[in-house]
Amino acid sequence: MYVRLVGSRVRSQLQYRASAALQIFGTTLIALLDLVTIVVIFDNVPELDGWTLQEVGLLYGIASISFALTDLVIGHLDRLPQMIRDGSFDQVLVRPLPSLLQVVASDFALRRLGKAVQGLGVLVWALTAVEVDWTAGRAAMIPLAIVSGAVIYAGVWVALATVAFWIVDAIEFVNAFTYGGNFLSQYPVSIFGRWLRGLVVFVIPIAFVAYFPALYVLDKSDGLGLPEWFRFASPLVAAVVALGARLVWGNAVRRYRSAGG
Amino acid sequence: MADHVIEVVGVEKSFVVRAKTGRLRRERREVTAVDGISFSIERGTIVGYLGPNGAGKSTTVKMLTGILVPSGGQIRVAGLDPSRQRIELARRIGVVFGQRSQLWWDLPLRDSFDLLRHIYRVPAERHRANLERFTEILALDAFLGTPVRQLSLGQRMRGELTAALLHDPEVVFLDEPTIGLDVVAKAAVREFLAEVNRARGVTVLLTTHDLADIERLCSRLLIIDHGRLIWDGGLDELKRRYGQERTLVIDLEEPAPPLEVPGARVTKVDGPRQWLAFRRDETSAAELTAAVAARARLVDLAIEETQIEEIVRRIYATGAAPPAS
Repeated sequence: MYVRLVGSRVRSQLQYRASAALQIFGTTLIALLDLVTIVVIFDNVPELDGWTLQEVGLLYGIASISFALTDLVIGHLDRLPQMIRDGSFDQVLVRPLPSLLQVVASDFALRRLGKAVQGLGVLVWALTAVEVDWTAGRAAMIPLAIVSGAVIYAGVWVALATVAFWIVDAIEFVNAFTYGGNFLSQYPVSIFGRWLRGLVVFVIPIAFVAYFPALYVLDKSDGLGLPEWFRFASPLVAAVVALGARLVWGNAVRRYRSAGG
Repeated sequence: MADHVIEVVGVEKSFVVRAKTGRLRRERREVTAVDGISFSIERGTIVGYLGPNGAGKSTTVKMLTGILVPSGGQIRVAGLDPSRQRIELARRIGVVFGQRSQLWWDLPLRDSFDLLRHIYRVPAERHRANLERFTEILALDAFLGTPVRQLSLGQRMRGELTAALLHDPEVVFLDEPTIGLDVVAKAAVREFLAEVNRARGVTVLLTTHDLADIERLCSRLLIIDHGRLIWDGGLDELKRRYGQERTLVIDLEEPAPPLEVPGARVTKVDGPRQWLAFRRDETSAAELTAAVAARARLVDLAIEETQIEEIVRRIYATGAAPPAS
């Protein structure tokens, strides 16, 4: 159903191929700015708490692709405040489909592919550049981390977006956490201060997007001193976050007040 | 035993409103939009749901369709609890909000219908038969291929009604389906609703401000005011008690003292314009116009039907309304 709903959107955007290509290129360029930050840091220091540029590149690649996937599929959650304000969310609720599915499928922006393209580029470069003693398990961890990471981002995003059911114009608040979260997960968690570490490991668990899986792939010791099994916990964390997000969303929808009610 | 497709028992809905009372202070106030209403509706009937603006009409419809969760009471629609079994219910009801579209703005009407077929999982054969029938009754042919954003309001409303009925719902909820339409489009909408009700046994609950909608369609009326039901009964009974009086508005060539015409009384004079109230069981508009023309030179005239707000006022005036708590 999702495919059918967004299919018409994609087709309409592909009618203008040149424009679509330019937009994808544009978002790729903007995403490169993040990367410049990292390169500038490593221009000044050889290592970041024991992490080389190539290793941080691995973090960056995994986190970027995860985030780009999430953004591609559920980025249209940013339409939720508008739908609540103008009452079109009413329409969502009288259709025999899950409400969240309808909100995220309300549009589909091909340009968001740009970020995934750029993340993939960095990941490929990092994989060829880092020294890894490759095993089947390590190779499998990379796609597993990307998928789990996308689910974690999505869960956090959905849960935060429900703020719009109380405060309609809170989208900037949500963006601060989502885009901010993406930014934080591109760096080794051990370089953060105590509070920030606690936040990204236990509260908004984005440390499980790239940091813990990368520890396993690179066979590094954990600067946080957390148990060994944290490295494999990303899928579990993703499942918990997804479940939590589902509950939060369902609860929020029951509080929906509708426009003019 | 009567088959009640909608059952509402003691339903309430209140909202918390935060109002600014000072520079920083904000007051938290609870506003009751629907205050303990109960009714049930038999399968296959058309019921009009009326009330002044802000009386709680839309709130009720939104609770019946599962959009809003009631603060208290029980609701059953087609045997389901709307807020708990929303998705299942959505398959069995149709909803049209007059001011809002359920169609895809930039798609041709036909494509919108096709998407809806998939959303409601209607068998292709059934979909084709329904669409053919509706196309015939509503004359959709001319604009099936037109993107929705280019349709006139009347065309769009015909599209909306089709969209709401394509999946063979048991009940349809219509919120002001004729609002803003011209006379011809209004008539088309009414005929269509009467037809699907007769031919398919679809139960219809419609909210409206237009008493002509009611007159043409509804066998039963519910009137709500300040969140409470103040009338539940037939249209004839209501008219006999409160809706007899109509008003003839006349423009004379020059200002005159209030006219004395048998069967009517002047309720207001404004320069050359006079308002004459009359009862439909005592005199007709034609008789009255002739009587006026015999006494003064008429320039223009218009007939005002009783407004729903006026009927509500009269219900209160005669004390038929249940006392407010």
